[in-house]
Amino acid sequence: MSAFILRRALQALAVLFAVGLISFAMFRFAGDPVNQMVGAETSPAERLEIRRSLGLDDPMAVQFARYLAGAARFDFGISYQFRQPVAQLLKERMPATLELALVATILALVFGILMGVYSALRRDSALAKLFQAISLIGVSLPTFLIGILLIYLFSVILGWLPSFGRGDTARLGWWTTGLLTVSGLKALIMPSVTLGLFQMTLIMRLVRAEMLEVLRTDYIKFARARGLRTRAIHFGHALKNTLVPVITIAGLQLGSVIAFAIITETVFQWPGMGLLFVQAVQNVDIPIMAAYLMLVGLIFVTINLAVDILYTIVDPRLRSSIHQPA
Amino acid sequence: MSIRKTLLAAVAATLLAAAADPASAKTFRFAFQGNYQAADPYTLNETFTLGLHAAVYEGLTKRDKDLKIIPGLAERWETPDPLRWRFHLRKGVKFHDGSDFTADDVIFSADRVRAQGSDVKTRIPSDSQWVKVDDHTVDVVLKTPNPILHYEWDTWYIMSKKWAEKNNATAPTSASATTPSYAALNANGTGPFILESHQPGVKTVWKTNPSWWGKKEHNIDEAIFTPIGSDATRVAALLSGEVDLMDPVPLQDIQRVNSNANTQVLTGPELRTIFLGFDQRRDELKYSNVKGKNPFKDVRVRQAFSKAIDVNLIKDRVMRGASVPAALLISPLLFEGSKEFKTAAVDIDGAKKLLAEAGYPQGFEVGMDCPTDRYVNDEAICQAAVGMLARIGVKVNLNAQPKTKYFAKVLATGGYDTSFYLLGWTPGSFDSWNVFANITGCRDDSGKGGPFNFGGYCNPKLDELAAKILVETDTAKRNAMIAEAWKMERADVSHIPLHQQTLNWGVNKKVKIVQRADNQILLYWVNMD
Repeated sequence: MSAFILRRALQALAVLFAVGLISFAMFRFAGDPVNQMVGAETSPAERLEIRRSLGLDDPMAVQFARYLAGAARFDFGISYQFRQPVAQLLKERMPATLELALVATILALVFGILMGVYSALRRDSALAKLFQAISLIGVSLPTFLIGILLIYLFSVILGWLPSFGRGDTARLGWWTTGLLTVSGLKALIMPSVTLGLFQMTLIMRLVRAEMLEVLRTDYIKFARARGLRTRAIHFGHALKNTLVPVITIAGLQLGSVIAFAIITETVFQWPGMGLLFVQAVQNVDIPIMAAYLMLVGLIFVTINLAVDILYTIVDPRLRSSIHQPA
Repeated sequence: MSIRKTLLAAVAATLLAAAADPASAKTFRFAFQGNYQAADPYTLNETFTLGLHAAVYEGLTKRDKDLKIIPGLAERWETPDPLRWRFHLRKGVKFHDGSDFTADDVIFSADRVRAQGSDVKTRIPSDSQWVKVDDHTVDVVLKTPNPILHYEWDTWYIMSKKWAEKNNATAPTSASATTPSYAALNANGTGPFILESHQPGVKTVWKTNPSWWGKKEHNIDEAIFTPIGSDATRVAALLSGEVDLMDPVPLQDIQRVNSNANTQVLTGPELRTIFLGFDQRRDELKYSNVKGKNPFKDVRVRQAFSKAIDVNLIKDRVMRGASVPAALLISPLLFEGSKEFKTAAVDIDGAKKLLAEAGYPQGFEVGMDCPTDRYVNDEAICQAAVGMLARIGVKVNLNAQPKTKYFAKVLATGGYDTSFYLLGWTPGSFDSWNVFANITGCRDDSGKGGPFNFGGYCNPKLDELAAKILVETDTAKRNAMIAEAWKMERADVSHIPLHQQTLNWGVNKKVKIVQRADNQILLYWVNMD
């Protein structure tokens, strides 16, 4: 087992290396950061001097090597825009993104499963049809549009919820949370719905399809024949067997929820890592872009590793293949 | 402490904080499309940032509501001879940390602003000498006469020497810093507001300074700034009353903001002039089907382009009325004599004739560079120009790119890689000389001379006149020379001026604020019902 984890950890390092290499190769197409860092009247000579002192004139390989050397010491450089250490900025912004992603995933799981089960059991009811229609919207409408529509309805017209930001936050050590204040919770509603809507529809459709499949299997028929209560059949047996793929998908999707929070965070001016990244792209803030891409790579690799390990716990058949190096 | 206790403590702290907030405190909330990046006043020479610094910091001079220069931290000044200026500093002024403001702070700021890494070096001549006469008198000794020495001093902010030394912030927070700077997150000025907290890219909070030396012209106790990049969200935040002011209002939302009961759009002309420029330096255009020669070196071609571009149509169709067509490369607010100059009249036949005379009866093809996110509707303006030039047979191949890519290509650092382009310019000193130096001055390939003269237009006679304007101390004579210089520039059609875009601030009707043409949001003029 430990050999397996070690091997996967090495693979993860290789993946991160590749992510870094590809991002550095692409940064030179992003534009010249210096022009975003100085005022309009700064002379060409000074701009060149800044370029030189930032090391932007060095070959890409040299810049990348320098970055890796820093990253190995957890030094991710200084943001060009804010003149603050990138690690510090990411640390400040991370709680906002993780809370948003977590709440969005929980919302998606709870409502997705409930709606999925209902529309599988009462396939022809009006409510099930409504759920299907909602899920179609969730799949087809782009995230930013949903966000803007929600803002206009609930902020501008009804005035119930704040249109931007995180509200008041409470501080727990270095972690800031919006879950403990009224304004923080109110601010969380629309962004998390926007972010979680796609996952919710995905889960709902998955649960519905799986559930219909399971309800047709022999052991459900036998359970009915034995005279078990419908409730026990539906929730004790059918649902339980539906959940294995659901948990897999939800786990894997958590990574993309964090990564795709970029759009939601931009629409709601949510002060998380995604917004930081978008601003960094607009201003060619290479240190932030590099660190964010590496971090997202790390999150994906970690989640995949965790899912792989969980598989071996859930399904003993997989264990033998792990002990024999492929 | 257990997790539960921590949570309880956090809840209690939040409730207490909410309860302690007095209901009567007036808070002004505002949003801008960009960030307030670093609080160090020498880090970035950009209008919005300079305006926010003015809440906390003050210069030796200030500018009033009509941009007239008035005394700031200097009570008065005189010029005993053209090479020596004497500034008498205001007495009894204190920095926010309680220390006294003296001549030492001025000398220190003069050194710091010229140091390596400062983006506002041009505020004072690099070869000027600063002499402390006594605690409240400073002499500036110049190498050459300079009638506009103090024109930009409203945004050269005076910092405390002691504070900077104590916090290891004597060097400006430079663009290429490798260590974080204290002054980027903290501030200690003499101004009407105290920087309470600065979380770059998220939120900045100021509290009013109860012991400010000046006469208070605001009634707010607190101001909170949030950057909101998304246009739709910024509009929504204003309409829902969550922010009291936001800038800019996208042109397509002006109607909507005005039709809402509680909000309106404050508009006014901005100082920046948008114009088109031509490569007149290369012997062969880089992006054109004309080989072996450069059509833009011929003044007739430039005149033809100018006659084909309809600035009024751009105003009506592209800018939805929100622009002021320009006759010169400088705003009429910044040059008194500008009334003599008229915008170029549209004359398609005349333009075609000029092109034919220049040897291009069938027109020609040229590539155009244009930013997409720098000026109001910049890309749409370029598209309109493409259509207008097609009417005289010139086929323009538009290359519209985000500002990061655009500027990397067309600036000196990109080798002035353009044949035809759109640019906007605000003279930082609010004076024509700045335009002659930066936009129309002859330059070499590295940008020595007129660094932002991307096209390399060059008229040595205009440069000679500009050099005289720089040192002329007699105002009437100087203005006459400026008018003559503009006439020379117009005869050459060095560029095609298009317009000044308008400022569009969305405000809640309970807010009274001064909208100055330089587009600075100045907290010390904010009043709320």
